[in-house]
Amino acid sequence: MENQFFVDSGHLSKEALIKKHELENNPDARKNHMEYLPGMEQIKSGVMEQVISQMKNYDYHKYTSKDVKAALSKETCTIEDFAALLSPAAEPYLEEMAQRAQRETGKHFGNTVYMFTPLYIANYCENYCVYCGFNCYNNIHRMKLNMEQLEHEMKVIAKSNMEEILILTGESHSMSDIEYIGEACKLAGKYFRMVGLEIYPVNTKEYRYLHECGADYITVFQETYDSDKYETLHLLGHKRVWPYRFDAQERALMGGMRGVAFSALLGLSDFRKDAFATGLHAYYLQRKYPRAEISLSCPRLRPIVNNDKINPLDVGERQLCQVICAYRIFLPFAGITVSSRESASFRDGIMKIAATKVSAGVSTGVGDHEEKYSGKEMEAQAGDEQFEISDSRSFDTMYQDIEGKGLQPVLNDYLYV
Amino acid sequence: MDKEDKLIIGGREFHSRFILGSGKYSMKLIEAAVKDAGAQMITLAVRRANTKEQENILDFIPEGVTLLPNTSGARDAGEAVRIARLARELGCGNFVKIEIMRDAKYLLPDNQETVKATEILAKEGFVVMPYMYPDLNTARDLVNAGAAAVMPLASPIGSNKGLATREFIKILIDEIDLPIIVDAGIGRPSQACEAMEMGAAAIMANTALATAGNLPLMAQAFKKAIEAGRNAYLAGLGRILARGAAASDPLTGFLHD
Repeated sequence: MENQFFVDSGHLSKEALIKKHELENNPDARKNHMEYLPGMEQIKSGVMEQVISQMKNYDYHKYTSKDVKAALSKETCTIEDFAALLSPAAEPYLEEMAQRAQRETGKHFGNTVYMFTPLYIANYCENYCVYCGFNCYNNIHRMKLNMEQLEHEMKVIAKSNMEEILILTGESHSMSDIEYIGEACKLAGKYFRMVGLEIYPVNTKEYRYLHECGADYITVFQETYDSDKYETLHLLGHKRVWPYRFDAQERALMGGMRGVAFSALLGLSDFRKDAFATGLHAYYLQRKYPRAEISLSCPRLRPIVNNDKINPLDVGERQLCQVICAYRIFLPFAGITVSSRESASFRDGIMKIAATKVSAGVSTGVGDHEEKYSGKEMEAQAGDEQFEISDSRSFDTMYQDIEGKGLQPVLNDYLYV
Repeated sequence: MDKEDKLIIGGREFHSRFILGSGKYSMKLIEAAVKDAGAQMITLAVRRANTKEQENILDFIPEGVTLLPNTSGARDAGEAVRIARLARELGCGNFVKIEIMRDAKYLLPDNQETVKATEILAKEGFVVMPYMYPDLNTARDLVNAGAAAVMPLASPIGSNKGLATREFIKILIDEIDLPIIVDAGIGRPSQACEAMEMGAAAIMANTALATAGNLPLMAQAFKKAIEAGRNAYLAGLGRILARGAAASDPLTGFLHD
């Protein structure tokens, strides 16, 4: 079974529709996704080759329950053990995996769970990624917050007591340029203790500039590590260039960022291979940059505006839990974020096992925090959302729920130095 | 416990030889550490204190307890110095535990950078307690740099693996005139006891307590173990038979003059 991603908006011009269909139906009409565009920095890393060759050779059907049991009995989880833990043979051992994962989490993080909230500052996008609500052919209300609006949003969020913010934009170099994002970071520094960014990949010197503006963590979702599959999902725009995206975390670290986050969007491709590659990507980069603070996100596909049928296919909650436990056992020191894409009950459960960071008070729209937090009706229309969330708990509710589980909510554990 | 047996650091006297580490914090842990383990010094990660009112650990620290802010998050000497100065500005006093890690996986201390930071901060009037990998040369450098104590790790932080570096800590105890405080990796009261018996001046622990099933009971166990080890050290260990028996006829019995 596959997702039906293609939706034609009645608002598109005839020419736009022709181009859209051409991109969708004719692979030759698309640019080479492995070729860098002018201005894109190429670093000689070597990490990509390591990850991709191992992912390609990963045959998860060859692992047996014996391999899984061996992996769980070892003190240090090797790459082979990680491969076994992600295999179908490990599914019957989910409870054992969860118990081991919980012990590892406890050793490295105690009972703490960090809280943050995303802030979408613009939803303009120049890419056609077929599963994303922001894609350039999707008919949504577009918006970019000006500095005054931005400050208002930040004040509303800060009033809820949130101390860590993740600033996001759609991937538009022209509408959300680096200076704009940098100014947003500076402003965020006034209201929050920690500022992270999830924006389009940029060059080392731009990461350095953003770091100087106060951002210290960079999240880039690779979406899928299968570049052939990636090519069929990201049909147009900068984001189509797969290898440039792959090296984004390394450029961010070279630019002085303290931490980087990795992720595959589970449900786009073969989730076991994608999870395997995500873990290896983080593993190899940590070996190369031992000072880097590494974290992983674990998103699954969600419905979007104008296409409510999109779903994560074969990645059920059990599979997601398996992936997260395998991540934890393989990379016990890594932060693991579970976003509001998942239900409250799933997040409550996974926090006890392996998740160390959760969002709360979430909006994936642009400029609608006041309406969402206080119910105050807005004068202007907000920018539409990137995807539908599932867990809509507010800051206060989430804080209490974390405490209620015997865990300790942490709002900040960070200094910009 | 001998009332006259005091631990003196930076001119301050401590009767307790248990120091609560940072890392995994909760009100219950701090309560147990002070009430049940008798801790008079509590470590505080400055980066955890960098927060607004809702969960500021500074509010949790009971009066009369010496705060030991640490520089966790620092990746080099410069960052550690900045964090230490910030701690002083935040009102955390002039004690500081230097923690410098260039490794986010094992969190092993960087000895070279630690010596640099110690020298700068000692000159600025801080009471500097550096966390270090137990190396005699580094320990001597730390003494010369003005450290108030030396804090070697027993095993990787959070690992609860005990005195993996036993032989090297013993060398520091034998050769360094400052208090040697065993920090990181102590997972059981028996391990704390052993370190004290060897002559360590104090024990720092966190995870061992924080992850215990019954916090107050584990805190009491640590208190007793540390006291037992200390008393054994002060009493002077008795004869330990190396091969199961001692020769009853001395080999030198033939000597007449």
